[in-house]
Amino acid sequence: MRAETILNAALLAMLVAVALWAWTADEPFIITLVTKVAIFAIAGIGLNLALGLGGLVSLGHAAFFGIGGYAMGILASHAQSYTPLMEWPLLVEGTKSMPVIWLVAILAGALTALVIGALSLRTTGVYFIMITLAFGQMFYYFAISWPAYGGEDGLPIYVRNGFPGLNTLDPIQYFALCFAVMCAVLLLVARIAASPFGLALSGARQNPQRVQAVGLVPYRLFLVAFTISGAITALSGALYADLNRFVSPTMFSWQTSGEIMIFVILGGVGRLFGPVAGAALFIALEHVLGGLSEFWHIYLGALLLVVVLFARGGLIGLVAGREVAHD
Amino acid sequence: MTEPILSVHNICKSFGALKASNDVSLDLREGEIHALIGPNGAGKSTLIQQIAGGLRPDSGTIRFNGADITRESTVARARRGLGRTFQISSLAMDMSVLQNAMLGALGRRGDALRFFTPVMKDSALLDVAHDALAQVGLEDFAAARTAELSHGQRRQLEVAVALTLSPRAFLMDEPMAGLGTEGSHRLMGFLDTLRQRAPILLVEHDMDAVFSLADRISVLVYGEVIATGAGPEIRVDPLVRSAYLGEEAEA
Ligand SMILES: Nc1ncnc2c1ncn2[C@@H]1O[C@H](COP(=O)(O)OP(=O)(O)OP(=O)(O)O)[C@@H](O)[C@H]1O
Ligand SMILES: [Mg+2]
Repeated sequence: MRAETILNAALLAMLVAVALWAWTADEPFIITLVTKVAIFAIAGIGLNLALGLGGLVSLGHAAFFGIGGYAMGILASHAQSYTPLMEWPLLVEGTKSMPVIWLVAILAGALTALVIGALSLRTTGVYFIMITLAFGQMFYYFAISWPAYGGEDGLPIYVRNGFPGLNTLDPIQYFALCFAVMCAVLLLVARIAASPFGLALSGARQNPQRVQAVGLVPYRLFLVAFTISGAITALSGALYADLNRFVSPTMFSWQTSGEIMIFVILGGVGRLFGPVAGAALFIALEHVLGGLSEFWHIYLGALLLVVVLFARGGLIGLVAGREVAHD
Repeated sequence: MTEPILSVHNICKSFGALKASNDVSLDLREGEIHALIGPNGAGKSTLIQQIAGGLRPDSGTIRFNGADITRESTVARARRGLGRTFQISSLAMDMSVLQNAMLGALGRRGDALRFFTPVMKDSALLDVAHDALAQVGLEDFAAARTAELSHGQRRQLEVAVALTLSPRAFLMDEPMAGLGTEGSHRLMGFLDTLRQRAPILLVEHDMDAVFSLADRISVLVYGEVIATGAGPEIRVDPLVRSAYLGEEAEA
């Protein structure tokens, strides 16, 4: 078996082991931390599809994360206050059902990513980074100044939303749910990467001129990748909001975009499990170093520098070696 | 006589004061190898670029397979059946050799928006890709990383990718550069038979290859076509001798 496959399996096993240990040791806070890892990993997997496979350096993925969060917040707040979202032309009510919320988050994320992508992908390089950043900030300021759903203060949800057959208020059950979603997303992205689309996208990243010469349009490939990427990150946002039972404009902030990118870079850009490793490391550092010093971000910054300068493949690359150009 | 598959009419292209294409006209007919020769910087690659769609001519028209393609994108031209190889290899360097060929086969089939089938198990695409690699003699390197190929091998892969497109016409910009004598001979033998499938507009510096392969030769000097004709005519053309072949003979 390839070293990377073993490492990936070990990562999954480790997450489960920590969660189970915390469960038996009655440490709900640790379970929450591992749940956070799974959720952040999903956001990173989403970004990694654009960044790793498509080479699209987006600093605006907080927009999709936040949209997922607000999809949850808006639907659940209407459900808890028994007021419909709208009555005309057709009646739309809120909901406390996770599957429905997820679907709305995914669709809203995809649609937003389609629009942002369609505009941003006309530029490349630094301009692309700046324009995605600008879109993210637009959503941030919009969320702050929109009073209907809490404005600057955010929006609390009193009871976690439900999933058929589960008690989502039980930390270990909610972890299991988030972990399962993460595995499903990993599977999905693995399939996409190995699909005709994945090959074409990877070609467009490495050499757009080549892809054009064989009759494919890089812009279209990038746009589709960006859309799927946004949808996945939005799903993660919905899960995150439900974990906290709270949404706030912070989800839209550029720091959030930066953190999602940090998961990817720490773990390994373009590596399927990179964001899982990166999110795990990030949360571990935040927990351990954050306990020692308020200024733990300095150490995180130093670590990022080391990774970018000396270990381009991130954690996964460090342990499993360079990616093989396999068949 | 039928209309040539590709015809270039009065193309002009300037980079500032430099006239890289100066009223260039030429055509490519079914079954032929039409060689384009000329000294370094004569504008050969610039002309190929304009035909392939990477550069817009300032004026003039390009017709391909009965249609005016002057304003079309590179992608549209590729889809019409223009297969090209680049002078400076332009491949997906982190992919395997086979994957590059698969990319061509996929482009040809035109259904890249499929997300769930494993592309490297698609037997129809694999057949096309392996077949193309075998034709240029790269089958033993199918699993190699493209970045690890020699320059000559990259040229061969360029040709293989163009083959996967089964184009109506080939544009080849110095496909033999860096190949070595044996490789050049092999590729020459291959191009010799390839012209029956689709005609080739061939930019080449190797005069032996040009004179033994080409049905017709156009000589480009300072962006201008100074002569077009069969090999023997070109060889004795006084203009060509003084402007181009002559200097080589002296050297
Ligand atoms: N994008 C560009 N901008 C400015 N000048 C250019 C550009 N592309 C090419 N040129 C110039 O146009 C002229 C023709 O270049 P071109 O590459 O077409 O020559 P060539 O005949 O292919 O030469 P070689 O045999 O060296 O490949 C050269 O003087 C070159 O410097
Ligand atoms: Mg050239």
